[in-house]
Amino acid sequence: MEPTPRLKHTPLHALHLSLGARMVPFAGYEMPVQYPDGVLKEHLHTRAAAGLFDVSHMGQIAIRPRSGRIADAALALERLVPVDVLGLGEGRQRYALFTNDDGGILDDLMIANRGDHLFLVVNAACKDADFQHLQKGLGDTCLVTMLNDRALIALQGPRAEAVLGELWADVASMRFMDVAEADLHDVACVISRSGYTGEDGFEISIPIASAVDVTQRLLEHPDVMPIGLGARDSLRLEAGLCLYGNDMDTSTTPVEAALEWAIQKSRRTGGERAGGFPGADRILAELANGTSRRRVGLKPDGRAPVRGGAKLFADAEGRSAAGTVTSGGFGPSVDGPIAMGYVDATQAGNGTKLFAEVRGKYLPVTVTALPFVKQTYKR
Amino acid sequence: MLKFTEEHEWLKIEGGVATVGITEHAAGQLGDLVFVELPEVGANFSKGDSAATVESVKAASDVYCPLDGEIVEVNQAIVEDPALVNSDAQGAAWFFKLKLADPSSANALLDEAAYKELVG
Repeated sequence: MEPTPRLKHTPLHALHLSLGARMVPFAGYEMPVQYPDGVLKEHLHTRAAAGLFDVSHMGQIAIRPRSGRIADAALALERLVPVDVLGLGEGRQRYALFTNDDGGILDDLMIANRGDHLFLVVNAACKDADFQHLQKGLGDTCLVTMLNDRALIALQGPRAEAVLGELWADVASMRFMDVAEADLHDVACVISRSGYTGEDGFEISIPIASAVDVTQRLLEHPDVMPIGLGARDSLRLEAGLCLYGNDMDTSTTPVEAALEWAIQKSRRTGGERAGGFPGADRILAELANGTSRRRVGLKPDGRAPVRGGAKLFADAEGRSAAGTVTSGGFGPSVDGPIAMGYVDATQAGNGTKLFAEVRGKYLPVTVTALPFVKQTYKR
Repeated sequence: MLKFTEEHEWLKIEGGVATVGITEHAAGQLGDLVFVELPEVGANFSKGDSAATVESVKAASDVYCPLDGEIVEVNQAIVEDPALVNSDAQGAAWFFKLKLADPSSANALLDEAAYKELVG
């Protein structure tokens, strides 16, 4: 595919080209979909050793309370997310969702408490809308800043700790969802022990001027391989993680998306700060009463992948509609096809047999607990 | 006679039967294949019909029937090991044998030099 000049580049764009990446348009950026070794090897290498991902297209946003009190920023942000931000300790990070007045999901994000400010990482395709949403929602009490001067990389896999440990010895003391500032080769980076592959790993925010240097040093390690968007997608699907725009959007609620674990007790009915976020009426009611459809894992019985968009039926003749696949493909570590999608709540139990329409055939699939692979987070 | 299509299929034609596969160029573009679906023996296709499907980790792609004809044999080896298409696209990883409805229709397809020029 020819590069389009209007596509934005991350600070690592030239490095991707020098590594032989195949570049594709993604969320307004020209991004590497795979390197010469290909999606399959990249995926398996990440689960066996360590993979390095450029996620600089994602939005990094700082929220600073005008009062100087972090609790004021936390309470302000709680007006936009059904999540306990006030209870998030300094140096800790938490998954969150922006909801709209109908209870739909505007975006999913990470929120970190950095002591004097909140640090957010949001999806590339949503980052401008998220920024406007934050400005509008809490600009009165907080200074909201898009950190356009920082790159973001992810180092994921069982060797990630050892690799990063060669640049920063303290890394071993971090646990899952910790956030810390660290000097990597005299470059001040913000490191979180998190990621989106189901593996232990880290996301590293780096000042742009040093992004290529830090990334290259990590890539020099024999255990580290650069990983493109193709494997990023198969890794997150195996890990049962939602891709915004595929597996959730404004038409799905957090409860339908089976993300109620992201809504802490303090924000639920009976909690200290129950409700008070967009769509609270619907979302709290759904927490109590359930929903008519649910996001579930789906394991095709055969070898044929079942892709996003495939219709699901309760019967092998395609008469009784049961739902839709939202993400599907081949899981290299599972060594077979995997998918997720929304199904009627009555068909959402693990072990339920359904049929996916693929090229005019109705292929049997089984509702399966997520994730498809064991998560290896260092809790 | 070896011929090619603009849709990146190759045809080795002997006695009115074309052995059909996808080119090394196409296999490289598709990436690691994980699934292949082949037509039934005895099925009739027109030129341009989707005759087979290949799937990589990322996406599904059609393999088109390059000429009118009837499927007389399929290569089960690539169903059992789709990676064979990546390693030997223009050899062991042929897809199907097509009995041509009109053997002279193959003359209009690309020769090797023209195909090489097409894919640069």
